[in-house]
Amino acid sequence: MRLIKEQTTIDFMNRRWIALVISLAIILLGVGSLIIRGLDFGLDFTGGVLIEVGYDEAPALADIRQQLADGGFPDAIVQTFGTSRELVVRLAVPEDDSGSAGISSRVLSALSAGTESGVEMRRVEFVGPQIGEELAEKGALALLWALSGIFLYIMFRFQWRFSVGAVLALIHDVVITLGVLSLIGIEFDLTVVAALLAVIGYSLNDTIVLYDRIRENFRRLRKLTPLEVINNSINQTLSRTIITSMTTLLVLAALFIFGGEIIHSFAFTLITGVLVGTYSSIFVASTAVMQLGVTKLDLMQIEKENPELKARP
Amino acid sequence: MNQYPAWKYVLIVLFLTFATVYALPNLFGDDPAVQLSHSKGFRMTPEMVDRATAALTAEQLTPISIESEPFKLLYRFSNAEDQIRARDVLQDQLSGQYSVALNLAPATPGWLRAVGADPMVLGLDLQGGVHFLLQVDMDAAMEQQLDRYVDDIRSILRPSRAEDRIRYVSIRAVNNGVLAQLRSAEDRARAMNRLQSNASMTGVDLEEVDGTDTFNIRMTIQENTLIALQQTALKQNITTLRNRVNELGVAEPIVHQQGGDRIVIQLPGIQDTARAKEILGATATLEYRAVDEQGNALDAANTGRIPPNSRLYTTRDGTPILLLKRLIVSGDQLVGAAAGFDQQTGTPMVSVTLDGVGANRMLDFTRDNVGNRMAVVFLENKPGGIRSEEVISVAVIREPFGKRFQTTGLDSTEESSQLALLLRAGALAAPVEIIEERTVGPSLGQDNIDKGFKSVIIGFVVVLIFMAIYYRVFGLFANVALAVNLVMVVALLSMLGATLTLPGIAGIVLTVGMAVDANVLIFERIREELRIGNTPQASIRAGYDKAFSTIADANITTLIAAVVLFTFGTGPIKGFAVTLSLGIITSMFTAIMLTRGIANLVYGGRRRVKKLAV
Repeated sequence: MRLIKEQTTIDFMNRRWIALVISLAIILLGVGSLIIRGLDFGLDFTGGVLIEVGYDEAPALADIRQQLADGGFPDAIVQTFGTSRELVVRLAVPEDDSGSAGISSRVLSALSAGTESGVEMRRVEFVGPQIGEELAEKGALALLWALSGIFLYIMFRFQWRFSVGAVLALIHDVVITLGVLSLIGIEFDLTVVAALLAVIGYSLNDTIVLYDRIRENFRRLRKLTPLEVINNSINQTLSRTIITSMTTLLVLAALFIFGGEIIHSFAFTLITGVLVGTYSSIFVASTAVMQLGVTKLDLMQIEKENPELKARP
Repeated sequence: MNQYPAWKYVLIVLFLTFATVYALPNLFGDDPAVQLSHSKGFRMTPEMVDRATAALTAEQLTPISIESEPFKLLYRFSNAEDQIRARDVLQDQLSGQYSVALNLAPATPGWLRAVGADPMVLGLDLQGGVHFLLQVDMDAAMEQQLDRYVDDIRSILRPSRAEDRIRYVSIRAVNNGVLAQLRSAEDRARAMNRLQSNASMTGVDLEEVDGTDTFNIRMTIQENTLIALQQTALKQNITTLRNRVNELGVAEPIVHQQGGDRIVIQLPGIQDTARAKEILGATATLEYRAVDEQGNALDAANTGRIPPNSRLYTTRDGTPILLLKRLIVSGDQLVGAAAGFDQQTGTPMVSVTLDGVGANRMLDFTRDNVGNRMAVVFLENKPGGIRSEEVISVAVIREPFGKRFQTTGLDSTEESSQLALLLRAGALAAPVEIIEERTVGPSLGQDNIDKGFKSVIIGFVVVLIFMAIYYRVFGLFANVALAVNLVMVVALLSMLGATLTLPGIAGIVLTVGMAVDANVLIFERIREELRIGNTPQASIRAGYDKAFSTIADANITTLIAAVVLFTFGTGPIKGFAVTLSLGIITSMFTAIMLTRGIANLVYGGRRRVKKLAV
């Protein structure tokens, strides 16, 4: 079975400017959203208290808010989580610093007072303010370290132009993904940071496969211009790229649909990342390498010094 | 042609058997069990074992099996009700010295355990349980330490014999040390002398300073003593918290240090988190102080003028009482506490045992003060920074006592047991504050497991179908590799004792999708080679050879991302990084060695292969 025609000859490289414009447009949209709306930071970064409770029957949110206000929590945010029988109550860290230990029990008793059938505590999360800042720092550092490590590795295996291309593609992916998260309002918690790093790893996969093929083609197809070589390489790897993206997306769809609410933002981030990553490998990474002026000379194997050969006349 | 040497097949089969054996324990489920161990970590004696078992038999509770190890005893039951009843029985009969814990013990058969095969450890988000991160308040620890120095200096300067007493104006804690103000230079010289020769004043600097109209001695704590103090405070806290955690009856608690001043506590499977927090957060201790027989408490309470050597406290029923500032014995000197009933009055009491230093001080004091009153102050630092100080009993000293005595004045048996428990579990060397808490209830834990499991299965099946349709026979090879991949990841997780979390399961799902990638690379290469016109056998070989370096590069870079995640991540994120890394490594193995082995098995030996079903 073939999804992609045997020998595709799509002229990707000559369409690169259109692609660039589209990318820039999406990036601007994303960055704009990030600046205006920002990200919906989850508990891990803001600090605060989150309590997930389960009811036997779906309660009315207004009633719950009233119960909480009566119990001394007028500023609590109440939302449904997954099904309508599970609610999530969010509170900011109280200034008097009385600690979560008391708060969660107090919230639970305020809620139990209001129902006959009883409330089930499913999960409690409390993150103190200093932890929130620390986690944010850690997340940012992780991203930086990953990018640096990758930059160095590719420079070692290929060449600096490829490193730059790869890192540019990755930054492109991260920025667009963050923009989408902001636009749609997906909650940004620690698992999303983990998903971003996974996206980096995955997008890099695609990019490396392409680079590998470009390297091979530069050595084989000596008569073609760089643009033609890169075009060929993309076409040759197109089938593989599409298929892998497809299987990964299928699997992520399973996670998104069946994995439950907690893993939702994680799965969504990955899906967006995989889509953007595939696109960036085809257009961004290749364009960057091309615009930086790669030639076949960069990738020629260095002739090994052979003493016997040198000795010959 | 394309044939694997026999030894490679042997290697593959070996790996497969290994993987299957180590993944197997995960299929066996858990038994509800009760675990018995000595609170102080002593061995279980055969008499103990018999006693416990007899107690159970008396209640018609028959365990499926009894496992006895040197330090713990495990009773497995066939259902949860038996388990709970057994726990209650054992707790009634044996509590005080033994901790009884509910435990879901894995039902791995003996032969598997003999080779070291155990099921995976489930994270808190899958098992249910509590995770706390505690910050130790080093400043408060320092203050407490300074208070102790103040007391020590006071008792050095004013020992029991009147002629040895050196008069002083005041002794109080300032900044990093203690300032003692004396009346004259001779007093100061004498005091200096005595302090310098006293053993409890090591690690501090003593300096003579001149005050406005007093002659002072300033004591500062040296830098390395300070650091050592902090470390000791942290370690003591960890020990105390471990003891408290043991009292809670949790099977596999984790208490350890994180960084310079933080402690991580994880209590899997615990149901009553409110109680856990109470016990962990509370600091309770007793102080024994002399009643100020000269002062008038009511007077002081009304006018606000309190004699300089005393402090005003209130008793349980609200009456004010003056107690001397100088402490007789504090919680540090307690070594044992047990709840019981007073023999004469039948009221709840706590019987307290002091250590050597405390016993001496108590003996000294009570000997000199027969007929005077002594008060017991109950101090409690509740979570939330609330500190309560209550005088729970005031009694006349009838005869001198030292090491062991009773404290009455408690409201109920619950209070006496609670107090005994807190005293036994020890007072925290420094107060702690909970800065992070994550609690997952048991139902959510089970939910997460179910959902995670479902995603893995569905994702897996979908990919299987896709590969079979798209790559036909070779697709089937890839499917076999995928299944083996899954088994290997499970086996590695079980062997390494790594913790499986919900993001970890997501990582497994992701590797199912990505593992396919290596195979896709190879198969697309094979198709290309066929298209160019190579023979099938040559195409197979070329496909595997050429794809190898690409697979290596691509996977290593994803591995870099996973390693970074592992380094910077916490808890559940680490779980994701682990499963991702393991999945990548195993997928490299299965794609390169395993599918090639199968392909060679199927196609390799044949002389003429006309068409490849790929």
